[in-house]
Amino acid sequence: MTFVERARSFGAVLGLLIAASGVFFAPSALAALTIEIIGTGAKQIPVAIVPFRAEDGLSQKVTPVIGADLVRSGVIKLVDAGGLNPPPYEPQDINYGTWRSRGADAIVIGSVAPRSDGRYDVQFRLMDAQKQVQLAGFAYTASAAQLRLTAHKIADVVYEKLTGDPGVFSTRIVYVVKQGRRFDLQVADADGFGAQTVLGSNEPIISPSWSPDGSRIAYVSFEQKKPVVYVQSLLTGARRPVANFWGSNSAPSWSPDGSRLAVVLSKDGGSQIYLVGADGGEAVRLTRSSSIDTEPNFSPDGKSILFTSDRGGSPQIYRMPASGGQPERVTFEGSYNVSPRHSPDGKAFTFIQRSGSRFNVATQDFATRQVQVLTDGALDESPTFAPNGRMVLYATEVRGRGILSAVSSDGRVKQRLVSDAGDVREPAWGPLLKQ
Amino acid sequence: MKRFRFGLLGLNIVILAALAACSSAPTKEQSGAAVEDRKPGGPPTVVDRPPVVPVDPATTRPLSPDQIGSAALRDPKNILSKRSIFFDYDSNLVKDEYKPIVAAHARYLQQNGGTKMRVEGNADDRGSREYNLALGQRRADAVRQMMQLLGAKPDQVETVSFGEEKPRCNEAAESCWSQNRRGDIVYQGE
Repeated sequence: MTFVERARSFGAVLGLLIAASGVFFAPSALAALTIEIIGTGAKQIPVAIVPFRAEDGLSQKVTPVIGADLVRSGVIKLVDAGGLNPPPYEPQDINYGTWRSRGADAIVIGSVAPRSDGRYDVQFRLMDAQKQVQLAGFAYTASAAQLRLTAHKIADVVYEKLTGDPGVFSTRIVYVVKQGRRFDLQVADADGFGAQTVLGSNEPIISPSWSPDGSRIAYVSFEQKKPVVYVQSLLTGARRPVANFWGSNSAPSWSPDGSRLAVVLSKDGGSQIYLVGADGGEAVRLTRSSSIDTEPNFSPDGKSILFTSDRGGSPQIYRMPASGGQPERVTFEGSYNVSPRHSPDGKAFTFIQRSGSRFNVATQDFATRQVQVLTDGALDESPTFAPNGRMVLYATEVRGRGILSAVSSDGRVKQRLVSDAGDVREPAWGPLLKQ
Repeated sequence: MKRFRFGLLGLNIVILAALAACSSAPTKEQSGAAVEDRKPGGPPTVVDRPPVVPVDPATTRPLSPDQIGSAALRDPKNILSKRSIFFDYDSNLVKDEYKPIVAAHARYLQQNGGTKMRVEGNADDRGSREYNLALGQRRADAVRQMMQLLGAKPDQVETVSFGEEKPRCNEAAESCWSQNRRGDIVYQGE
């Protein structure tokens, strides 16, 4: 863990404007998932978060969300920030000796001020308790409905400054909830908050996949009494079938430039991997085997595709050029290795490995071929990396109910996203979006 | 959707189909799946991330009802009313006990050249959903291949897979899993 040494000068507060538009709803009414944290990182950075000036009267307080985000990462712990009168809101108010004696390496201070247009100015500074300098400082303009997102963005900045890795607290996840005979495709914040149904159906929905720019989701819907691949815009809600050939159509995976999808089709017999345009069109065949070839996943550089195949007798993970061509087998431990997904840096992949009757999340490094099993559930499925590569989100089962869990890529920190109803499955973690 | 050409036996089918149409209104299962528009509290927009908008209701086309086949297909005493072929674990081999069922349907297709069906493959729920979808597809393909060998035309049988998504039984036990490893025969219009 390294502090990023380059501190911003005291007065330099960058403005990051969040313009208000459209209709909003209160996210608190929609909370569907709550998070339990199991385990912590080897070394945790102690941080004090002082409640922001004037946030007390807000329906959505900012600092509790920042704190919950940072704690959830497992690599940051909170230092008691209470009992100071008056609490510091500006750098000149800080008595650094007090914070050092409380064990804080860094201090988050800030304020919320209502504007005449009904929105709020939110500003914060991250201060280094040892060097007594500012590490980051930003100002935001946010509507009441955007305060939670603003808090996630502040947590992203704090996390990145303290760990060197991008924060992913303001990213989103997609997953499927099954309740009775009903299937809902839902999009939520990375902390499970603010879940919204983007597609409801009485037939199954599986394999959602984010477009690289986070604006569209590809998925498999059975609403036509067979698996068909759709792409749906989150901006407009418009959707269209992009692979609806004779037979089954499934397992969509976006090319990194967002122009194409690798899909699995059975139109020529068996289950084989093809490319189609992100808007549909002709399918170009990539694999030619008499075995099952499925679960394609593009490498981040777009040059290769990982997939599951039973061409060697048992399901194993293979890699081939993105234009097709000779695949090479990449998993060798065990008789069942499936559901490969690249890490964001392309140096490793996560997958499901069966050992005995258990199915667990594992990662494998491409260079060393070293496998690390990260989970110990009985029926873990569908692993998906956080866009900073630090966590893997997956589906598991607890007492017969489907839930989502996340595990840090070193296996030390585990989180459980507990749903208030139904079976939750098929998660996919959305991309980091440019600010 | 292509119109069906009636073969020599077409007239019979038309009559039987008409009788069938008189005697039974379409059941709920025959209609397409409803895909609903859900708006949890209004359209959301968060400015610096793409907003999420629920989709409009999708229209689904029910399969054409003009080919509801012979009453034989629904006569419980007729082998054609048997529609499920069960498989062993990790196998797509059609077992001897199910071959007469596949053969009877192949014969029916051969005799009714305008009739079409889907074979829906299924798998038990252990492991990857997409891999299980492919396993179900392989089972459906095995049934189709046998039907073709016995005289059905390639375009009469579409094979699709539901993978582990449509379990007939929901417990974690072999007695249950074995019911989920199956291929189901569904005629067009049913």
